[in-house]
This record gives sequence, structure tokens and C-alpha cells, in this order.
Amino acid sequence: MLELRYVWEWPVRITHWVNVVAIVVLSVTGLYIGNPFISVSSTTPYVMGWMRFIHYVFAYLFLMSFMARMVWMFCGNRYASWREYFPWVTAKGRERIVGTFAWYTFLRKTPPYEVGHNALAVMAYAGVFTLFLVQCITGFAIYGQFEPGSFWFNLTQPLLAVGNQQLRLTHHIIMWLLIGFGIHHVYSAALMDVKEKNGCLSSIFGGYKFVDPEEEVE
Amino acid sequence: MKEEQTPAALSIPEETLLKWEARGIKRRDFIKFCTATTAALALPITLVPRVAQAIEDNRVPVIWVELQSCTGDTEAFLRANQPTAAEIILDTLSIEYAETIMAAAGHQAEKSKDDAIKKYQGKYIAIVEGSIPRDGAYCCVGGKSALAIVKEVCGNAAATIAVGNCAAFGGLPAAAPNPTGAMSVQEAVPGATVINLPGCPVNATNLTATVVHFLTFGKLPATDKLGRPLFAHGKRIHDNCERRSHFDAGQHAEAFGDPGHRQGWCLYKLGCKGPETFHNCPTCRYNEGVSWPVMAGHGCIGCSEPGFWDTMSPFYRRLPQVPGFGIETTADQIGLGLAAATAVAFGAHGVASALRKNEHDSKEG
Repeated sequence: MLELRYVWEWPVRITHWVNVVAIVVLSVTGLYIGNPFISVSSTTPYVMGWMRFIHYVFAYLFLMSFMARMVWMFCGNRYASWREYFPWVTAKGRERIVGTFAWYTFLRKTPPYEVGHNALAVMAYAGVFTLFLVQCITGFAIYGQFEPGSFWFNLTQPLLAVGNQQLRLTHHIIMWLLIGFGIHHVYSAALMDVKEKNGCLSSIFGGYKFVDPEEEVE
Repeated sequence: MKEEQTPAALSIPEETLLKWEARGIKRRDFIKFCTATTAALALPITLVPRVAQAIEDNRVPVIWVELQSCTGDTEAFLRANQPTAAEIILDTLSIEYAETIMAAAGHQAEKSKDDAIKKYQGKYIAIVEGSIPRDGAYCCVGGKSALAIVKEVCGNAAATIAVGNCAAFGGLPAAAPNPTGAMSVQEAVPGATVINLPGCPVNATNLTATVVHFLTFGKLPATDKLGRPLFAHGKRIHDNCERRSHFDAGQHAEAFGDPGHRQGWCLYKLGCKGPETFHNCPTCRYNEGVSWPVMAGHGCIGCSEPGFWDTMSPFYRRLPQVPGFGIETTADQIGLGLAAATAVAFGAHGVASALRKNEHDSKEG
């Protein structure tokens, strides 16, 4: 018999969707800031001004969401826990990695049984969270320069030694990496929804997944 | 009720003004110089008499050495500023040694430098222009290597002012691959008291103001982490730029000479490095406040930042080249290629996945 299990708690879902909205808005406004593709003829529209304002507001929103998720790593259930993110540390985790990899590369017929994230997914997310961190740091390092001596400037000033332009390039490249990740993420979620038949896609809205206790081996 | 504020009466003593008039400098020019310098230092206007007093009282010996330089900073200082201002400051300073302007030559010149170092030890200002090569073979003056010269001149000075990007950060000679092993004054003489006045060339107003600050307060002005005075490098060019309103509005010149460029729109898309550069060019400008690059229609190239030749190039692009890719490839093209490749790869995976049979299907179907 299938049973319903509450897998994604509300902080996980909320931060997930805030991140989605923030990344989309930040990418669009960020692309404009990097290469202003709208040009206006009069001085009244304040296009760049608004783009930057929206970028900064959503940057703060994204930072808060990211930090909340990091805190939840230590408060949430086992599927949200930080321990999930290092499957390669344990022998069982390595087995899951090999299994998932084999399934993705058509070397085995059934996907390994998973309730939360699969082993490759969590590793990707660990990488994505690292990118989030670098993105927040480089972003606020660039932002803080409008006022030397401000909180962000003092916090991030050592990074200027890396080179102001390198900060911008890094910020820019990570945006593209996250866009690439987004494409992969949506595809994989849909694929899992089809193949695992456990309500993977709807679970990020409602939090519940279908679990077959017979298959669950601890 | 708000108290009415009457500005304190500012007066420069009549005898001071008369003394300058006797030297051929109009009192109006002298007052202008004192006021402008006080403003450049971001000091309150009430300090103008003190600045005038300091210029009057002190005659500071200066040793100006040129190493791996193009003499651009000397030129900027001697020619650019209001002639009277240069006269005032040159009257105030006692230039003991400066290759470009001194009358002496050869052994006589070197002797005057050695004498000055001995005579004014710990009291003079050293001004260094140009970078210092690690290997003496690349730059020698009077049989001494550049490194030996700065060690001697800066090591015995009350303070050293490194003028221009070369002296402050290594500048063009230190650009990759840095064949001479060029380094800044701070790197060459780690123990010396050095203030960096980068820029290519140094802004004469900032140099004058730094000297006046030293004369007035007996110490160098407050600096940022890179050793640059905050009064000159405390704000980004972008945040004080006269074209900033065009940036905020979204009016960008797309190419040199296009209608936007001719109307003075923002040079951001032409690669202006104003958003990356801390300097007071928009407020001080160059050459008697006549103009500065962005005003003249060319983007900033970040010449007051460390390693600008390497880090700020390509000068006509917003972002640096992505390592490992061709010089014509931008980060956006690479990113777009990456996103497209991802979509294609997963699309192919999706097709293959849709075609494959899996256990559930066979069980249920």
C-alpha cells in the first residue's frame, strides 16, 4: 500500500519558491544591468534606476531566503538536514550515487528507491548552494562600493584585492551556471515525476510524496 | 527656533597677501588657491586661513625622483594646474632635486641630492614617479639602481608621495608579463611612510592638496586600504559622474560617434570603468578643471586602480575576457552556449527516457 509522507516542510517549500522568483527576477534585471538592452530617448523613464532598485530588493530577499534555508538545515527533518548533502561520505551514500548515475545513463532499469532527494540531486544542490553563497558575496561586494565605509563595503573589502572586474565576471558567470542548473532541475524533476511516480513535482507545492513502505529498506 | 548661523569671518592677514603680491601673485589668485585646495581636501572652509598660514610659514624641501616613468606626472604637475597655483606651491616647496626641472646636471645634480638627503634627513618630502624594477639593470641613475635610490631617498624622508599609477601600484611597467619585475614604492621600501596618488597621470590638484595637508597638519591625509587619500579616492567615479543621470534613465551611447554619444549619454556600454574606479575626476577634473576623460567622451579606463592595465582591459568592454576562451568571446556568449547545451543535452536525455521501457510499465501494462 502506498502511504503519504510529509517530506518537504513549509520552510523548505517557501524558500524554494522565493529562490525561484528571486533568481528569475535577478537574472533578468542582472542581464539588463550588465548589458542595458533597453535604450530610451528621454531622461524621465529611469529604466536603469528601477532595474537596479529591483535587483537590490530581490538580492536582499534572496539572501534572507538563502540564510533561512541554511538555518533550516539544522532544524528541519531528515530530508532537509545538512547531512543529506554529503552522500559521498558514507558507503551507503556512495552506493546510491552509483545507482542513480547508472539509472541516468540508462545502465539500469529502475531508479534507486528514494524518499527525499536522490544522491546526485543533493550533490548538485550542494554545488548550487555554494554558487548561491559566492553569488551573494560577490553581489554585495559590488553593491557596497557605492559607499566606502558602509557595512557591505567593510565586510567585503578584502575581496577587492581579487580585482573589481573579476568580481563582476564571477557574478556574471554564476548567473549563467544557475540558468543552466535551472534547465536541468526542471527537466530532472519532471523526469522523476514520470518515472518514479511518487508525486515529485506536486510535492514541492504541497510537501507530500507517495511512499511505498515495502520498498523502503533502512 | 533655529539659530541663525553667521559664518565666522574668514580673513587672511593683509601682510600675507601683500607678500604674495610682491612675488607677483595676485591676492585674488592666492585666495582662490587656498580655498580650492581646502575644498579639495574636503576640509571646512573655516580652515582656509590656517592653510594660507601653513603655506606662508613652511618651506619644505622636496626630492622628486623619476624611475620607470614617462614623466607624465611631472608634466601634469608643472603645466596643467593654474600657473599661479603651481607658482604658489613651487614657491612653497624647495625642490632640491627633480630631473626634469633642475638646472644642474650629471655629478652636480647627484651631489645636490646627496647633500639634501643629509641636510634635511627625516624632514623632506620624497616624491617618486615611476615604478621600481627588481633588477637594477633596467633602471639606473648616476650609477645607482632604482631600488637603491628609492631605499635611500624614501628611507630618509619624512614622508613619500608615490605619484602616478606606476609608483603607487607598478602601473604599466608592472603589467603582465612584467618583464622588469616592476614594483611600487610600497613594495620596494616596505618600511617607509608612503601615500599613493595613483592616476595616469596624477591629478595635480590632488598632489598639491596632499602637500598642503602635510604643511598644514604635519602629517599625511587619511587613506584607504590601498594607501590612497580618502579625499581624492573615497568615492567612485560612477557615483559622482556628470553623465550619471543618463545611466539611471537608460540612455547609453552604443558606439563612438552615434547620436547618443554625440548627445553626451552614458558611456557604460562603451566599457567605461567608472563603476570600478575610485577617484575624484568628476569633481576635480584635469588641466585647471577644464575636462576629464568621460567629459571628453571617452570611458574611464580605471587608471587609479591597482594593475589597471591587466584588470580593467578590454577597455571597451564591460567585463574581462573569460580565461581559456578567445578574446572575441564574451561571458554572455559563453553563458548562452552553456544554457543551450544544457537544454539540448537534457532534451536528448528526455527523448531517450521516453522511449525506454521500465519495470513499472511492463508490470502494469
